Amino acid sequence: MTSRNQIYLLSAILISVGLGLTSYKFFSLHFPLTPGSVRTVWNVEAKISFNSEGPSALADLALPNTQNNYEILDETFASSGYKFNIQNYSGQRRAIWTNTDISGQQNLYYSLQITPRIERESADMATRTVTQYVSKPTWLPAQHEAAMSIIEAAKKNASSPDMFTREVLKIVSGDPRAEDIHVLFSSDKDLSRANMALKLLAQAGVRAHIIRGVQLGNRTHNDPPVELIEVNEASGWTIYNPDTATAGLPDNFFIWQRGGPSLLDIEGGSRSKIRFSVLSNVIPAKNIALKLAREKTVALVDFNIYSLPVEKQNVFKLLFLVPIGALIVVIFQILIGVRTSGTFMPVLIAMAFIQTTLLTGIAILITLVSTGLWIRSYLSKTDLHMTARIGVVLIIVVMLMVGFSVISHKLGLDQALNMTFFPMVILAWTIERMSIIWEEDGPLEVAIQGSGSLLVAIVAYLAMSNGLVEHLTFNFPELLLAVLGVILLLGQYTGFRLFELYRFRHMDN
Amino acid sequence: MLWLKRRNNLRAKGILGINERNIAYISRYNERKRFPLVDNKLLTKRAAQQAGIAVPELYGVIESTYQLRTLANLLEPLDQFVIKPTRGSGGKGILVLSRQDERNFVKPGGQILSLAEIRHYISNILSGVYSLGGQPDSAFIEALVISDPGLEQYSYEGLPDIRVVIFQGFPVMAMLRCPTHASDGKANLHQGAVGVGIDITTGNALHAVQNNRVISNHPDTGVDFSDLVISEWTTLLTLASSCYELTGLGYLGSDIVIDRSHGPLLLEINARPGLSIQTASGIGLRDRLMTIQQLPKSNWDIEARIAYIMANFGAIDIEPAAAGVRGC
Repeated sequence: MTSRNQIYLLSAILISVGLGLTSYKFFSLHFPLTPGSVRTVWNVEAKISFNSEGPSALADLALPNTQNNYEILDETFASSGYKFNIQNYSGQRRAIWTNTDISGQQNLYYSLQITPRIERESADMATRTVTQYVSKPTWLPAQHEAAMSIIEAAKKNASSPDMFTREVLKIVSGDPRAEDIHVLFSSDKDLSRANMALKLLAQAGVRAHIIRGVQLGNRTHNDPPVELIEVNEASGWTIYNPDTATAGLPDNFFIWQRGGPSLLDIEGGSRSKIRFSVLSNVIPAKNIALKLAREKTVALVDFNIYSLPVEKQNVFKLLFLVPIGALIVVIFQILIGVRTSGTFMPVLIAMAFIQTTLLTGIAILITLVSTGLWIRSYLSKTDLHMTARIGVVLIIVVMLMVGFSVISHKLGLDQALNMTFFPMVILAWTIERMSIIWEEDGPLEVAIQGSGSLLVAIVAYLAMSNGLVEHLTFNFPELLLAVLGVILLLGQYTGFRLFELYRFRHMDN
Repeated sequence: MLWLKRRNNLRAKGILGINERNIAYISRYNERKRFPLVDNKLLTKRAAQQAGIAVPELYGVIESTYQLRTLANLLEPLDQFVIKPTRGSGGKGILVLSRQDERNFVKPGGQILSLAEIRHYISNILSGVYSLGGQPDSAFIEALVISDPGLEQYSYEGLPDIRVVIFQGFPVMAMLRCPTHASDGKANLHQGAVGVGIDITTGNALHAVQNNRVISNHPDTGVDFSDLVISEWTTLLTLASSCYELTGLGYLGSDIVIDRSHGPLLLEINARPGLSIQTASGIGLRDRLMTIQQLPKSNWDIEARIAYIMANFGAIDIEPAAAGVRGC
């Protein structure tokens, strides 16, 4: 294989690894490609309150399982003095609080942070695991008659078996003073509509279970759990809202418990209730992606820049921009043919511009270099070693920086204090080289190289200070591999530079 | 679109660009380890002398500031001489002097330098002012070449030299570089010297350019370039081509001057010859280089190589435009 082909292969590998890892992080870990992209996070707090009757009490709360619409970011349990553990009963997690030395009003808190999943798995995994159905209910004789009459009415109205549930729900959610439903509710006052509907469906032999959950809103306070029912119809499981008799899962509905015997059990207490408060929040999408990736222990993220302390991360934020500057320099040199003084000097100048802001930076740079050149022109008359002379120029640069900073501070121009961000040694070298070019090739060449360097530095600055570029290089450092590949490819370019098209213009005839 | 059209036209004319020169020729044919020999003019001169290649006579070398004390003794027998940095690039730091009196010397422009000023100048050379990357350097003093009377009229305040691009030992293109007032006596085209393309098969002028613009007469002396013929052309080509054996560099530029009494002398060798020779000749390098690349690999000796280019690289076949005239 020729060295040229090896380079092509290497670049292809580097670019595809870089882009591949980036798309993996974007598509699978949901790292955002643009800065400032946010995701909604709901903070759902369940407050359990009950009145303790004895010295000891036990609270047993069903906890939400992983589900296909929402991702659970965090869970916290707050309850002073209680012993706490989580148990798993055939796929249903339950939180158990116990205390042996309490009395009076008790409040227990469980809160979790959830965010909508970006990609929803189509398979309704939770439904298939549910095995529990309501068995044939027991009724009082009067109730039984009323129930049977409701089922008859519903069956008569339903045009197809699938319509039956809806007809039952219509009756249950309809006028409570209607004769049959009034009979049912009057003797079972605490029963919710959902449970009543379930009882009726069970009587009719339809398999169904209850869904308890929370309606996520912007800011809701002390809401009771919302109950829905899920019915096994010929076409599969369907969710109904028993209050409105409408099918389908409402928007922004977080399913807390699917099926299952109870949401909350209290032993040794009375007047127990559970209330939900919801608060919505927007959080940078990156933070969520990072949190989730850490939980999954993705090596790409574990052995990453994020594992460093924040201050070190900031250093890398700047370092990761250097390759972008290098890419700009390579493009300008190889594709365009701009002459600069010192190959990568523009990158360092651009990094200084990032600290000083562009216009201030250009003003400082031009002032420093021209003053330096002016002083250097005297030095060229003296009999000094090169090294000594650069040393002298370096000290002059330092003194100029101090002088300008003090003067501009007195004048109230504090931006000039950022002068120290300019790399002094590089400036001294630039002044020295410019001075020699001035003597050897004249001021025109100094102007060409000086403006070339400045142009490349400005373009590199614009690229490096771009929010998107900064976001991409910092959050997708693997993109640097792609940059590396591109630079390798550019290094193989044998075509004309843009400036050569101008240089050889007289030969084009 | 205009740019694309020009790009295609330049390609069609076989113009070589910097990127292609660097990748396809310099890095492929010039081994890095052979660079020091040509980047150091003193090493080149000594190697050339050993190989029997004619060079201007070396008077002395100054390697340290300490040696500057002996400068007066060294210069004492000399009336005309040139001081050069050993590792200078692009004609930088070359000082031509002739004696005015005991302690003073005069530059071609008329500026007078004292011995002390020359010492300072050499100490600048030693500290690396003119060398690449500012590395410490040494200076050497050699004989001033007195230009051949035939060529003298084409130059102003300096010495015209002939740049021959040698590819794998074959001389592929040549130009005469004539210093002008604008170039301050230097023979570099980018500094304003005139480049006169030379027909590699005959030594006749093709075409003259200054600052990439075609001209017909020297801007300072007014002499018409179209009559220019370089004498002893085959001797000169032989001298230039022998640099291939001397350096082992596949792609090089030999800089040759013609001395009034000594004939063609090798001044220096460049491992990264520039591309202006194409503008000066009105011919692209690329086709000729590719022609050489496609030749069967056999041991071509210098005579065979020159005979080959004489037979194949006639300018008329490639560039029908008459000297100094741009057609179409």
